[in-house]
Amino acid sequence: MATRSKMILGRVAQAIPVVMGVVVISFLLTRALPGDPAAYFAGPAADEASIAEIRETLGLDKPLFQQFFYYVGDLIRGELGTSLTTGQAVLTDLGARLPASLELTLVALLLSCAIAIPLGVLAATRPGTWVDHLCRVLVTAGVSMPTFFTGILLIYIFYYLAGLAPSPLGRLDFIYLSPPHVTGFYLIDAALAGDWETWLGALKQLILPATTLALFTLAPIARMTRAAMLSALSSDFIRTARAAGLSDRKVLFGYAFRNALLPVVTTLGMVFSFTLGANVLVEKVFAWPGIGSYAVEALVVSDYAAVQGFVLAMALLFVALNLVIDIAYALIDPRIGLN
Amino acid sequence: MADMTASTPDTTRRKGDTTLGHIVYVLRDNPVTMLAFAMLAFFLGCAFFGPALVPYDPLATNAARALEAPSWDHWFGTDNLGRDVFSRVIVATRLDLTISVAAVALSFVIGSILGSIAGYWGGWLDAVLNRCLDTIMAFPLFVLAMGVVAALGNTVENIIYATAIINIPFYARLVRAEVNIRRHSGFAQAAKLAGNSDLRVLAVHIFPNSLPPMMVQVSLNLGWAILNAAGLSFIGLGVAPPTPEWGIMVAEGANFIVSGEWWLAVFPGLWLMLAVFTFNLLGDGLRDIVDPRKRT
Repeated sequence: MATRSKMILGRVAQAIPVVMGVVVISFLLTRALPGDPAAYFAGPAADEASIAEIRETLGLDKPLFQQFFYYVGDLIRGELGTSLTTGQAVLTDLGARLPASLELTLVALLLSCAIAIPLGVLAATRPGTWVDHLCRVLVTAGVSMPTFFTGILLIYIFYYLAGLAPSPLGRLDFIYLSPPHVTGFYLIDAALAGDWETWLGALKQLILPATTLALFTLAPIARMTRAAMLSALSSDFIRTARAAGLSDRKVLFGYAFRNALLPVVTTLGMVFSFTLGANVLVEKVFAWPGIGSYAVEALVVSDYAAVQGFVLAMALLFVALNLVIDIAYALIDPRIGLN
Repeated sequence: MADMTASTPDTTRRKGDTTLGHIVYVLRDNPVTMLAFAMLAFFLGCAFFGPALVPYDPLATNAARALEAPSWDHWFGTDNLGRDVFSRVIVATRLDLTISVAAVALSFVIGSILGSIAGYWGGWLDAVLNRCLDTIMAFPLFVLAMGVVAALGNTVENIIYATAIINIPFYARLVRAEVNIRRHSGFAQAAKLAGNSDLRVLAVHIFPNSLPPMMVQVSLNLGWAILNAAGLSFIGLGVAPPTPEWGIMVAEGANFIVSGEWWLAVFPGLWLMLAVFTFNLLGDGLRDIVDPRKRT
């Protein structure tokens, strides 16, 4: 147990320089954004003097080095600045929009795991059969699909041609009221409120964007599951287990699958990073009011506080997730803590 | 003397035969890779000769024939300004391929140099480089690319730089690992003892060993770079309209898909997918040739 907690502490310590690097990069990136925020705040009628005054109050006249320390100080106090477009604190904006993105991402990941992991296991246990070929075709096609194009194709087929899906505009059709805010996840909030009609409405809006993202993440998960299962099935302990007369089921799920799960969990971290990036595109296609579409709107008008907040939030989210995955890895790996 | 002159061309010819024979053997064994090479040739043909061969000017508008469905006149239909979608899709090949090839070449060169240095000399250089790469990898890569393009300015060159930056870690890590395992190997020490400088041993004797896995990475990366560039222009970064480019064409076509004009977005999207598919198939095929054990 001691080795395990030492390892977890070591892993947490490793994340610290990365977080510092992330803060430096996001600071530099947004200071390089074109456009002068002081001039923007001052408005079109401002003269030189008032722009200079605003620049001073924003701290933009200080040397870059000093600005960075102000920035870090603000960050520690949880201050991300004010968005120029919405006029609200960036933290509030991000907080309001994050649940929409997370709901989409998590549903998509669950969906793709539910399809990809069984598919990978089937392909690995029956190499050379149609399941295996289907898996290979899906994998190569999946990594070649631009998410924004898949989304548009799905809209055309299921909204325009088949009329099955609701119009791809946001999280909920305008005929429904959004459920009372508890978690910000409409599916959970509606279920908590017992409002199943709204729940169904939210689900209908969610299906197409979640499928788009799931198709995109299917490939790496299925591929990794298949490879990990193949290598687990060909290892000595499986032969021993078979020779000892254990049932196929026990060998497959009790031994092979549990061992194959480790690399799959690691891949999930990478997949999550791709999904966060792809989120931006999918949210634009489906007018999904998440943080991705917020960032795109902010980029267009060089709203530097908002972009900075977004980049930082994404990177920190990702660092935190990888940390959790590595810790989970240490917890489920039976080899750690035995010696 | 006569014997030598007779035998020299003989051996060279046989050597050529075996190399060619090997390639033919590998390709015959794997028709999918052959298909990928054929598709690559097609896309390269489009990039080189496309602009000269297309039936219409990709920028010429024709209000009288706007939003026409695909027909014999306009194979892929016309867009909302009456421009020929087929011509635009074909002409865009050059720009999209240029962006991805330039970006991948840049990250290949920079990644190779950084990775070689870190792998060969190790120590604090290695540690610093690794921390920097970790930091880049800590960002969702598409988000970082968005940030870079936004910060540097909205141009095609900056799309290339952004795509190059997010790809550098993959190359640097690969080269570092390959160089690191060989830096004390027998042939490297022999080359060193023969009086070669460190730099020469690294560049001429050690680095070339990492080229086969790098080629696989390049091919897989090209597809990814195209997707990335198209994604950036889809959200309005980089390439500006009316330039024909697949991502921006899909973005423009998206506005018409809900009213049923599917050809505006579907054809450029399909073309984009086909190009990425080609590079992915090629990468998988090359991987089978280079390292058959990694087949998944």
